[in-house]
Amino acid sequence: MRELTSEKTTHPVLLFWIIAGWVGFFLLPWYGVEAFFSFEWMVDGYPFDPDYAPAGFLVAQGEKLWLAPMVLALIAPLAVLRKRKIDPIYAKMLILAGAFGFGWMILQGFAIGIRGWNFEWATALFGDLGDRQYGMGYGALICASAFLFLLTQGIAARGAINGDVFVVSAIGGVIVIVTAFVFFPIAKMLTAAFITDEGGYSVGVFLSKFFDDRLWGLGCLSGGRCGAAWNSLFLAVLVGFITTVLGLIFALVVTRSGFRYKRALRALTVLPIITPPFVIGLALILLFGLSGSVTVFFADVFGVQPTRWLYGLPGVLIAQTLAFTPIAFLVLIGVVEGVSPSMEEAAQTLRASKWQVFKTVSLPLMRPGLANAFLLGFIESMADFGNPLVLGGNFDVLSTEIFFAIVGAQYDQGKAAVLAMVLLCFTLGAFYAQRFWLGKKSYTTVSGKGDSGVHPHMPRALSVPVLVIAMIWAGFTAVVYVMIFYGSVVELWGVNNTLTFKHYVTAFSFRFEDGGIRWSGAAWDSFWTTLKIAGIAAPLTAIVGLITAYLLTRQSFAGKNAFEFGTMLSFAIPGTVIGVSYILAFNVPPIEITGTGIILVVSFIFRNMPVGVRAGIASMSQLDKSLDESSLTLGANSWQTFRRIILPLLRPAILAALVYSFVRAMTAISAVIFLVSAEYDMATSYIIGRVENNDYGLAIAYSTTLIFVMLSVVALMQVIVGRTEIGRRMTQSRSNV
Amino acid sequence: MSLNSKAAPVSFRNVTKIYGKDVVAVDDINLEIEAGKLVTLLGPSGCGKTTTLRMIAGLEMASRGSIHIGDRDVTLLPATDRDVSMVFQSYALFPHMTVMENVSYGLGFSGFDKAETKDRAAQGLDLVGLRGFGDRLPSELSGGQQQRVAVARALVLEPQVLLFDEPLSNLDAKLRRQVREEIREIQQNLGLTVVYVTHDQEEALAVSDDIVVMRNAGIAQIGTPRELYDAPADRFVADFIGEANIIPCEIIAIRDDMASIRVGAFEHALPARGLQAGPALLAVRPTRLKIGASDGMDMTIAKATYVGSRMEYTLEAAFGQIFAISENVDAPLEVGSEITVGLDEIGPVLLPVDVTG
Ligand SMILES: Nc1ncnc2c1ncn2[C@@H]1O[C@H](COP(=O)(O)OP(=O)(O)O)[C@@H](O)[C@H]1O
Ligand SMILES: [Mg+2]
Repeated sequence: MRELTSEKTTHPVLLFWIIAGWVGFFLLPWYGVEAFFSFEWMVDGYPFDPDYAPAGFLVAQGEKLWLAPMVLALIAPLAVLRKRKIDPIYAKMLILAGAFGFGWMILQGFAIGIRGWNFEWATALFGDLGDRQYGMGYGALICASAFLFLLTQGIAARGAINGDVFVVSAIGGVIVIVTAFVFFPIAKMLTAAFITDEGGYSVGVFLSKFFDDRLWGLGCLSGGRCGAAWNSLFLAVLVGFITTVLGLIFALVVTRSGFRYKRALRALTVLPIITPPFVIGLALILLFGLSGSVTVFFADVFGVQPTRWLYGLPGVLIAQTLAFTPIAFLVLIGVVEGVSPSMEEAAQTLRASKWQVFKTVSLPLMRPGLANAFLLGFIESMADFGNPLVLGGNFDVLSTEIFFAIVGAQYDQGKAAVLAMVLLCFTLGAFYAQRFWLGKKSYTTVSGKGDSGVHPHMPRALSVPVLVIAMIWAGFTAVVYVMIFYGSVVELWGVNNTLTFKHYVTAFSFRFEDGGIRWSGAAWDSFWTTLKIAGIAAPLTAIVGLITAYLLTRQSFAGKNAFEFGTMLSFAIPGTVIGVSYILAFNVPPIEITGTGIILVVSFIFRNMPVGVRAGIASMSQLDKSLDESSLTLGANSWQTFRRIILPLLRPAILAALVYSFVRAMTAISAVIFLVSAEYDMATSYIIGRVENNDYGLAIAYSTTLIFVMLSVVALMQVIVGRTEIGRRMTQSRSNV
Repeated sequence: MSLNSKAAPVSFRNVTKIYGKDVVAVDDINLEIEAGKLVTLLGPSGCGKTTTLRMIAGLEMASRGSIHIGDRDVTLLPATDRDVSMVFQSYALFPHMTVMENVSYGLGFSGFDKAETKDRAAQGLDLVGLRGFGDRLPSELSGGQQQRVAVARALVLEPQVLLFDEPLSNLDAKLRRQVREEIREIQQNLGLTVVYVTHDQEEALAVSDDIVVMRNAGIAQIGTPRELYDAPADRFVADFIGEANIIPCEIIAIRDDMASIRVGAFEHALPARGLQAGPALLAVRPTRLKIGASDGMDMTIAKATYVGSRMEYTLEAAFGQIFAISENVDAPLEVGSEITVGLDEIGPVLLPVDVTG
């Protein structure tokens, strides 16, 4: 007989979090130490030095007395440790203790900062504090987690979600971190837009910055320059549209044509994903710039005067299309494959011709995919920072304007915040437009078992142009990549074309010295940092993403829709906005992480989490729910079910989430450029720095190296995680040819 | 105006279907399906039923041989150009269209004007009892209702042949009987030619005019349900259609198409069905055994089960075990008791000794 959990009077999970709370409060340094991962504090005055002291020691010494009430919340849960779960006092006590502890933590964190009281009314009310506090450290973090999970255990004990502690805790955890790292910084940024130079709030400031002509000017209609907002919008719509069409074309070629070299095509379309986006911009300069090969060729053969046509909208458009088409392809391939073949066969037996089948059944069923692909292209284009910087010329876009507002001579946080708000409005608008366009219709195939068959080939009228476009584009991509590689081994492009490994040596040289290796190359620092940060961020992203996906697909709870919206929202927030909002939100307590590696890791987690969630949802909804249910009836709890049943079946999704977040962390630039510091410089921002100094050779050599590193990491992850592929059908049958 | 039928016969002439290089799914079959009949393709999983059906639909092309529908050779025509509609196992309703749009879908490609299309679609929905459901999405219907929409969508085109691929397999047991009766009723009322695939022999017996029993990519036997049940051609059919006890026997003499057979010491006479003297098989339905007859085979009761309306016995004989059913529930026989078992006058049939299966 299984022991009924409701009768148990030992609660290991509860005990764990109580102990964690005590350790956090009485043993670990309460405030942030200089470097999160170094343990110097242990020998440096701990535990009495106020910088490193645990909260318990501080309070005992009569300092930071506002931390004292939390002790109550740590003691209270001990009272119910021996009570049964169904005892009402158990739930009540935990909820009270958890809520009070967590609430107090937030309250004091926001109320008291590095200059004492953060709010003037508090000073007025309580008098000058005469003390100060810095950002949260280990102790505070663990203590906060303990309070949170005490609270969720209390809520679970009251019977929420069948009293499932794991699910309630997971929901609570996700809500808290998303609030802290998505909503809080955005809110902070919104307020920054209203702050005057003197530190007060004013709508006038916002309006004057918002209605700036550099933002909304329409000069280009009469031969002048347009505002950055219009430029960004126009560019993003174009990029979204073109990448969606091209992505669809590739997906059709791969799934619905007799084309022989599908694998090669697939590999080629995936290449740009592991390429830092601006590298494509660089390659375009090598091809079409003033001294680019194509330009020079035309100048020599046809006597065409070289122009700077590339710099501006055309160049950025081409570069972004090249860079983001693969993303659209990856979104669309799943959808195009997912259309049930019997739908198309049914349409055929209902007398629809192949073209009509495609138009009335296949294409409409791909609509959610098309909408998603467009949205992604739109957002990526809005957020892209590297290509406009490299190729933009006089074509100002929001992302670069934001950058110059923050790092330039102007140093105008308010302006950056306003611009970021405009950017955010555009992407959220697109997000809503997408939902509106999809409406309430259902696109998922309602079917039981018995789907088989193969997708019919495209009608000929469609397949010929589709194949031709795919081939041209694939050829172009190939040329671009050859250029990238070639560009990394010439002395000075267009001036001195001798082959050399000079750039690689500058970047990656090392010496054996004193029995060790000395990494003397210029790029090593940022290279190792990038690897480290990406390596830490990837598994965390996958975990957060998959847990969220599990909650969304497998559990039902009040407010699930809002929960889903909240977690997917960061999908619509461009990296540039994340970057700006993070430096505004996290350079003051209670969370003070600007200039550390943590802020980079955190930004990657929340930038890439939606993809982990999507991948998780996609594969989890294919796993029959009866699997979990049978596991639950066999006595496993939901955590064990998740770990033993769901996770092993999710290997492909895990791999996808890991690879994607790793690659994105290696190639991202738009958020990173705001968050790097001297100590934590990332590869991409280093490369951009080289580009700004016109040091193209080094920049391209470094980028090429990154591409190869990512290729091997992706391959390695495939091996480690293992491959599980579930093929659905056999060879294409004759009838459909 | 009402929905009519343009029912046409279907004929397969030496049709073979090979997938890829060497998967022979259908091997050289000949088949004549009369107009206005409901013909079932019955057989175990993987025997080629679906493939045969899809060849009628034009979703698969025959590798060899020719297929005729009505007086037209359709061997090379794709699905779109054949006057055939199909109800899919998964229903294949278009999820982005309402029920009405689904049902009207094919009409739009068949040259009907708007008013007529609407009219016919409404009639189709009426016919399957879904009047008033036109504005719903398929996802808002129950499994049984989705099924009917799929039927209506196929019906309204007044196809020459209507195809069903295991139409009941996604329904729960209670609905199955009802839906299959509805399908049969519509077929008979409209006089449709229907080809119906199933692997469930009871379903086949219940709905069919004719049953085509398939085995290993070929046809084992064609006949009415009664013929197949009472006079199976061989052991495979006897076993597949209803349950049959197969008892090895010896034909000792043939006279006037009547054979005298011997099983152990027991002798019996029954129609010879063209067999010659020598070893043969005797197929007997469990209900056609006379338990406790004065003249019969000696057996022991190995197992007795009471199932309410009747008794089920497992009997041990010299040649092996057989299964018998008795209506006599008031005086059940004890396990272990020795009895003699005779044969009914009609029912038991002689089969040739196995060559296949
Ligand atoms: N598209 C296909 N490619 C290769 N083999 C197939 C394909 N479809 C069916 N088969 C094979 O043909 C045989 C008959 O299949 P099918 O007609 O679906 O059987 P049934 O419907 O009687 O269960 C099976 O052995 C099956 O594996
Ligand atoms: Mg089948």
